[in-house]
Amino acid sequence: MTGFRNAVKFLRLWAVVLAFAVLVLPTLGSGDPSNSNERFNKLGHQIMCSCGCGQILLECNHVGCPASDGMRQELRAAMEANSSDKAVYDVFIQKYGPVIMAAPVFHGFNILAWVLPFAVLLVGSLAAASLIYMWKRRNLRQLPAPPPPLSGAMRDRIRRETEV
Amino acid sequence: MPQFGSFSLLLALGLSAYALLAGTFSLWQLARGTPSSFDAECLLETSRRAGIASFVTLSCAAFALVWCAFTNNFSVAYILHHTNRALPGPYKFAALWSGQEGSLLLWAWLLSAYGFVVRARHKVDVRLSAYASTILIGIQVFFVTLINFAAHPFSMVTGAIPADGNGLNPLLQYPEMVIHPPMLYLGYVGFSVPFAFALGALMMRYPGEKWIHITRRWTMITWLFLTCGIFLGAHWAYSVLGWGGYWGWDPVENASLMPWLTGTAFLHSVMMQEKRGMMKTWNVWLIFSTFLLTLLGTLLTRAGLVQSVHAFAQSSIGDWFVGFMIFTFAVCLFTYLRQRDHLRVEHRLDSLVSRESSFLFNNLLLLAACFTVLWGTLFPILSEWVQGTKVTVGAPFYNRVGVPIGLFLLFLTGIGPVLAWRSTSLRSMRRNFILPVIAGLGTGGILMAAGMRPWQDEATLYALMSFSIGALVVTAVSSEFLRGAAVIQQQTGRNLIAATVELTRRNTRRYGGYLVHFGVVLIFIGIAGSAFNQVNEQELGFHDAMTIGPYKLVDQSYTQDDNPNFRSEYALLDVYKGNKKIAQMAPEQRFYYASQQTETMVANNSNLERDLYVIYAGKNPDTGQPIIKARLNPLVNWIWIGVVVIILGTGVALVPSRRVLSNRSRAIPEREVAETDQAPVHVIVAGGD
Repeated sequence: MTGFRNAVKFLRLWAVVLAFAVLVLPTLGSGDPSNSNERFNKLGHQIMCSCGCGQILLECNHVGCPASDGMRQELRAAMEANSSDKAVYDVFIQKYGPVIMAAPVFHGFNILAWVLPFAVLLVGSLAAASLIYMWKRRNLRQLPAPPPPLSGAMRDRIRRETEV
Repeated sequence: MPQFGSFSLLLALGLSAYALLAGTFSLWQLARGTPSSFDAECLLETSRRAGIASFVTLSCAAFALVWCAFTNNFSVAYILHHTNRALPGPYKFAALWSGQEGSLLLWAWLLSAYGFVVRARHKVDVRLSAYASTILIGIQVFFVTLINFAAHPFSMVTGAIPADGNGLNPLLQYPEMVIHPPMLYLGYVGFSVPFAFALGALMMRYPGEKWIHITRRWTMITWLFLTCGIFLGAHWAYSVLGWGGYWGWDPVENASLMPWLTGTAFLHSVMMQEKRGMMKTWNVWLIFSTFLLTLLGTLLTRAGLVQSVHAFAQSSIGDWFVGFMIFTFAVCLFTYLRQRDHLRVEHRLDSLVSRESSFLFNNLLLLAACFTVLWGTLFPILSEWVQGTKVTVGAPFYNRVGVPIGLFLLFLTGIGPVLAWRSTSLRSMRRNFILPVIAGLGTGGILMAAGMRPWQDEATLYALMSFSIGALVVTAVSSEFLRGAAVIQQQTGRNLIAATVELTRRNTRRYGGYLVHFGVVLIFIGIAGSAFNQVNEQELGFHDAMTIGPYKLVDQSYTQDDNPNFRSEYALLDVYKGNKKIAQMAPEQRFYYASQQTETMVANNSNLERDLYVIYAGKNPDTGQPIIKARLNPLVNWIWIGVVVIILGTGVALVPSRRVLSNRSRAIPEREVAETDQAPVHVIVAGGD
């Protein structure tokens, strides 16, 4: 029964850790930055450059980029005009379309993008844990008789053979 | 020479097709076991020899293409589009894989080379090798057909032949580009071998787990090549692209990561099959998936399905790959359904708290990571189908979804090795975990006391977790080494270092694996450093200065240079820390004549603590002043050091263990040793993983 209790404890620990990952981690550390430079840095890393280089706006550095300088100015202007980050993003989405955001906005069908990987992990973990639990119960039912105690000669042999 | 190359390709197709047909027919005859009018063994041998000959012909074709590049034969369209006269020699060689047709030829050639080794070593197990060889030649037929009929590398230019070629993409003119693609291809193509052995073993209902022993080295070497290829690509991106990062979650990068993740899962779970005859179906499907993912990666790269910065993006060969993937999947599924009773497990998991379950959860996390990458890569297409609008799935998505999974994996890297096979008691866990947990929590506490504020932003939180879990893993792995070494030290009287070396030599696979885990921790630490990156961008006239972190960059001069391949413009910057000059850096911008493209060449002053990464970002058109962008990227070097440690660890694991205790191991087979609480002394010292 000790093994079973350990298993339950382990399963409980795993569930807590997983729940922490799914629910808490993505929300931690996402508070609004205190100054405008930090906010600019944060928002600029959520928006793509529209020149087609496939880079995050603040990381686009290709020579002679026709878009990134203008977009950075637009970002500063949008930040001054809007206090909420969502409103700033909306300005860009309206102008460039949803493709301008570096990650899907958490809305409608896009929610699936965010939720499914964790759901797969959660379902997989639960399935694996249930399977192990089921096997363990079956193993316990089919447990063979304990082996006879080791003889002194066998003990000596094991000791001899495991000596380094 | 182009005609010779074309003829070689046709010959390769003929030989490969013959080897496939002869191999399939003779194996079918042998499997039926009925006497026939011809000698099936003899036919099988001709198939093997035809396979070897196909390697020779494909080598000739690859040689012909390289020869055409070196002799500036611009009558060949591929050479015209990917080289020019002024291109340095190594890059002319690299032209072999810088375009669609050439890279497919490289793929086919590498596959034939792997096949050559399998066929040359067929005596390891003649029948199993014959199955694997026939499956490999089947894959080869697909690729050789492709390069003969859909992407011919020796297509001729119509009309007048230009005097010079269009040149190689400037981004590819970097030393690492000479080795990164071949490494990646060695990895991609290499997974065909364990796949072929797994499928072959299933087809012939191969008894026991010997096929795993035969393919273990193949899998590890292939995995190592893929690892090197991925990180060489990351280093190239960091050194050349000039955006200061090493991983952009580009679909093509993702394509290489997916088979790596499933391959890593396979390397772990296969141990459970070897040790305890478990997870047979799982392992077979893992290696099938890994192979299919290499094909999917190639499809993504070349079919233009998803938007990518990589060059092959638009072509018509996507349909070929889709067809081949469907066919391969059908063969795998059919074989599995026919032979699934052969995969019946010998043991089942006994406990949730055991080495086996840690492998299982490790597999689960690796597959979840793989699914995340696949999902993120394909979601834009799905979104377009469902919503009618395309969305971008970039770094913020992967950071939020992928990083927590990665941190869990890192955590399991630490706890897995200290769990015993079959079952671990709470007492044993407490004993083995107390020190690592203290190390992890202590590291976190010290870092927070030193000023890390995990609640400030996501990056800092993840960095703190990486450092803490990293400390936990290093302590757990080190204590495993020390515990084993202490026993040897006690028994032999050697010093601790000699005892550790002896310990490793006695079970290279186990301790090589621990070294790999240690390398993974270093990589995580390097990545965690990105939370503290600093950036500054400034116009810099003569003798102007800019600061970044504790460093001051003073402009000394701007210079131009010229050679037949490119014209360059670079800044000479003196770097000061306080009042002491520590380096001079020369960020550069090049204009390549043949391709008419401009590229930046990053200047990087690197040490273990940080990279000072400086980019010449061009001139301000209004003021004519050069723009310098400087980045201070902490701990990046640890990523590359981590990769070196992984290479070292894999190298150690590939070396056969010293068999000093082999007789003793035979006396007490490891599987029969009941490991309940703690691994027995002989297992700790020399035996099991």
